Amino acid sequence: MSSFSPDELTARRLAGQAPGPSMPPAPGTGDGSLVDDPAVRAPLVLNNRSFHDITEIVCGYAENKPPRWWLPAFLFASSLAGFGGLMILYLVITGIGTWGLNNQVDWAWDITNFVFWIGIGHAGTLISAILCLFKQKWRTAVNRAAEAMTIFAVICAATFPGIHIGRQWMAWFLAPLPNANGIWPNFKSPLLWDVFAISTYGTVSFLFWYMGMIPDFATLRDRADRRLRQLGDSAARIAPFVPIRTDKARAVIYGLLAVGWRFSSRHWHRYEAAYLVLAGISTPLVLSVHSIVSMDFATSILPGWHTTIFPPYFVAGAIFGGFAMVLLLLIPCRVLYAHMKDLITLRHLENMAKILLVTGMMVGFAYSMEFFIAWFGGNAFEVDVFLNRAFGPYWWAYWTMISCNVISPQVFWIKAMRRSPLVIFIVSFFITIGMWFERFVIIVSSLHRAFLPGEWHMFHPTFVDIMIFVGSCGIFLTLFLLFLRFLPVFPIAEIKAVLPQASPHADDHKKGAH
Amino acid sequence: MGAHSGKAYATECGEPIHGILAEFATPAAVVHAAETVRDAGYARWDVHSPFPIHDMESSMGMARTKLPLAIGIVGLSGAGMGFLLQAWVSTQGYATMVQGKPFLAWQAFVPVTFELGILSAAFTALLGMLMLNGLPRWHHPLLKKERFLSVSDDRFFISVEASDPMFDPDKTRALLEKAGAKSIELVEE
Repeated sequence: MSSFSPDELTARRLAGQAPGPSMPPAPGTGDGSLVDDPAVRAPLVLNNRSFHDITEIVCGYAENKPPRWWLPAFLFASSLAGFGGLMILYLVITGIGTWGLNNQVDWAWDITNFVFWIGIGHAGTLISAILCLFKQKWRTAVNRAAEAMTIFAVICAATFPGIHIGRQWMAWFLAPLPNANGIWPNFKSPLLWDVFAISTYGTVSFLFWYMGMIPDFATLRDRADRRLRQLGDSAARIAPFVPIRTDKARAVIYGLLAVGWRFSSRHWHRYEAAYLVLAGISTPLVLSVHSIVSMDFATSILPGWHTTIFPPYFVAGAIFGGFAMVLLLLIPCRVLYAHMKDLITLRHLENMAKILLVTGMMVGFAYSMEFFIAWFGGNAFEVDVFLNRAFGPYWWAYWTMISCNVISPQVFWIKAMRRSPLVIFIVSFFITIGMWFERFVIIVSSLHRAFLPGEWHMFHPTFVDIMIFVGSCGIFLTLFLLFLRFLPVFPIAEIKAVLPQASPHADDHKKGAH
Repeated sequence: MGAHSGKAYATECGEPIHGILAEFATPAAVVHAAETVRDAGYARWDVHSPFPIHDMESSMGMARTKLPLAIGIVGLSGAGMGFLLQAWVSTQGYATMVQGKPFLAWQAFVPVTFELGILSAAFTALLGMLMLNGLPRWHHPLLKKERFLSVSDDRFFISVEASDPMFDPDKTRALLEKAGAKSIELVEE
C-alpha cells in the first residue's frame, strides 16, 4: 500500500521532511479523519497541530474574551435556573401538594427527572473510565466535557430525591448519623442503596474530573504567570478601578487548583497509576449506579417494575441517553468555538453515533423482551400493564419513546447519516426526549392503574412540576456554560500525549530505524 | 566552594543552589538524555514533560509505585467498615424487622458495602497520589525560572538536584551538554 499513515506524515513534517501544515484532506475522508482503510490510522487531531497549538487553542477558550453569544446564553440559562430555584422554594414552603401527584401516582415527574439526569451522567464515566481501560485514544477529545456533564447531571439528579421526600429539612435522616431519637436508616431498602450509590458516584466522578484537570490547571497557571512577568504593571485588570490584575487572579486561583504540579515524570508515574486505578474502579461503579437505581423499581412487587432485566436495561439506556446529551452539547460547541473542529473530528462524532445505534438497539431489545416475558410469564396483571402501556391512556408517551429511542437511531446504519453533524444533532435531540419519556412510561404507566379499578388515576403535571424540570435544565446549562468559560475544556496533557510527535520514537522514521 | 560531592553550592551572589536545569526540544531527545543521566548513576533528578512520556519509567530507572497496593488496602478496609456499619445498625443500633428478613441479611448489605469500598479507594487514589508526590506544594525553586514555565506547553526538561551525591556544577553540566541539552542553567534555591 502506497499511502502514508497521517501520523507518519505529521512526524515527517515535524522532522522538517515534509511541507508545512494544512494539506487538503484526502478525497472521501470528510475532514480527513474518516479513513476507511484499516491499515491507515485516522488522525485524532486535524491540521497537524503542534504541542504549542494545543495549548493555545484549549487555554484560549478559558483566557480569551468569551464569544458574543456566551453572556446572553448564560443569562438565559441562569434565569431558568433561578426560576426553578424559586419553584423549589415554593414547593418546600407549601408542600408536595403543589405537584400533580395523587393517591395512586405518588412518583411522577420528580423521579422521572431524577432517573433522566442520573442516566445522562453515565456517558461521561463510560468515556473517561471504560474507554480508558480499552485504550480508545479518541476519548481524549471528549472526555473532559463529558465528565463535566456527568457532574452537572448528578447535581441536577440529586436535587429531585432531595426535594421529593416532603419534609426536606429531614433529608439528613438519609445519612447514617447518630441522633437523639436513636433512629438509624434501613439498610435493607433499595432507596437507601440509591443514596449511597448516587453520593459515591457524584464524589468519585468529581475526584476523577479534578485529578484529570490538575496538569491543565498548571498550564493555565504558568501562562498567567508568564504574562505577569512579561507585562508587569501594564497587565489588564479584572475591571476598571479594581486593583486586581486578571492574570494575578488566574495565577492564584488556577495555581491553588494545580496544587503545585510541576510536570515531573516521577509525579506522572504515580498520576498515571492513580488514573488507571480510578478508571478501573469507576467502571464497576458506573454499572452499579444505574443497576441500583433500577432496583428502586425492580425490588418492588409492582407489575411492570418487578423484572430482572431492569439493571442491564437501565445501564444501556443510561449510556444511550448520556451519549445523546454529549453530542447535543458538543456539536454546537464545535461550530461555535474556533479550532474545535480540529479536536473533535467527524470520526469522533461517527464513533459516538455508532454507540448510539448499538445502545439504542439494546434498549429496543429490552422493550420487546419486557413484552415477551409479560406474555411468557403467564401473569395476567403483568400482561395487562404492558398492554396498557402501549394501548392505554398513555399510549402517546409509549410510542414517543419507541419512535425516538428505537426508530430514530436506525438512520445511523447509513454511513452518510452518521457522518453528518446536523443529522446526529437532530437524532440526539430525539433520543434525549425519548429517554425522558422512557422513565415517564416506566414510572407513571405502572403506577396509575393498581389491581382494583377503583384505584385508577391519571397523572397531570402542574406548573410547578414543569418549571422545576425546566429549572433543572437551566442549572445544567448554567454550569456547563461556566465550564466552557473558565475551565480547560479539553484534557491538554492527554491530547498532547496522543499526538504522533509525542512518541519518543517519532523521529526514528527519518533514520529508517524502528 | 570546593567541588566535592554532597556539599552545598552557591551562586556568585551567594544564593544557595537548588540544582541544574537542562532544556530539550523533543520527547526523543529527553528520553535519550534521561538514559544518559540514569546510566551515570544520579539519584535525585527528574524529567519534566508536558505529558507523561511513554515508558519514561524504564528510561529513568524508576521503581514501580506502591500506590495501587495502598488503594487496594484502603478500599477493602472501607468496604469492611461499610459492612460492619450496616451489620451494627441492623442488629444492635436499630434492629427492626423488615419484610420478615433476618436482622443480619448480608445479601441486602452488598450494594452499600461495594459503594463504600469504591469511595474510600477513590479518595486514596487522589490523596495518595498527591501525598506520595509531596503535593500540594505551592512553591518550588523550578517554578521561579521563567524558562521552566514552558514545560506546561511544549518543552522538556531534566533537573538534577544539588543534594544528589553525584552532583557537581561543572561535571553535571558537561554530562547534560553531551546528552544534547539545548540550554542549561543553574537553579537558585
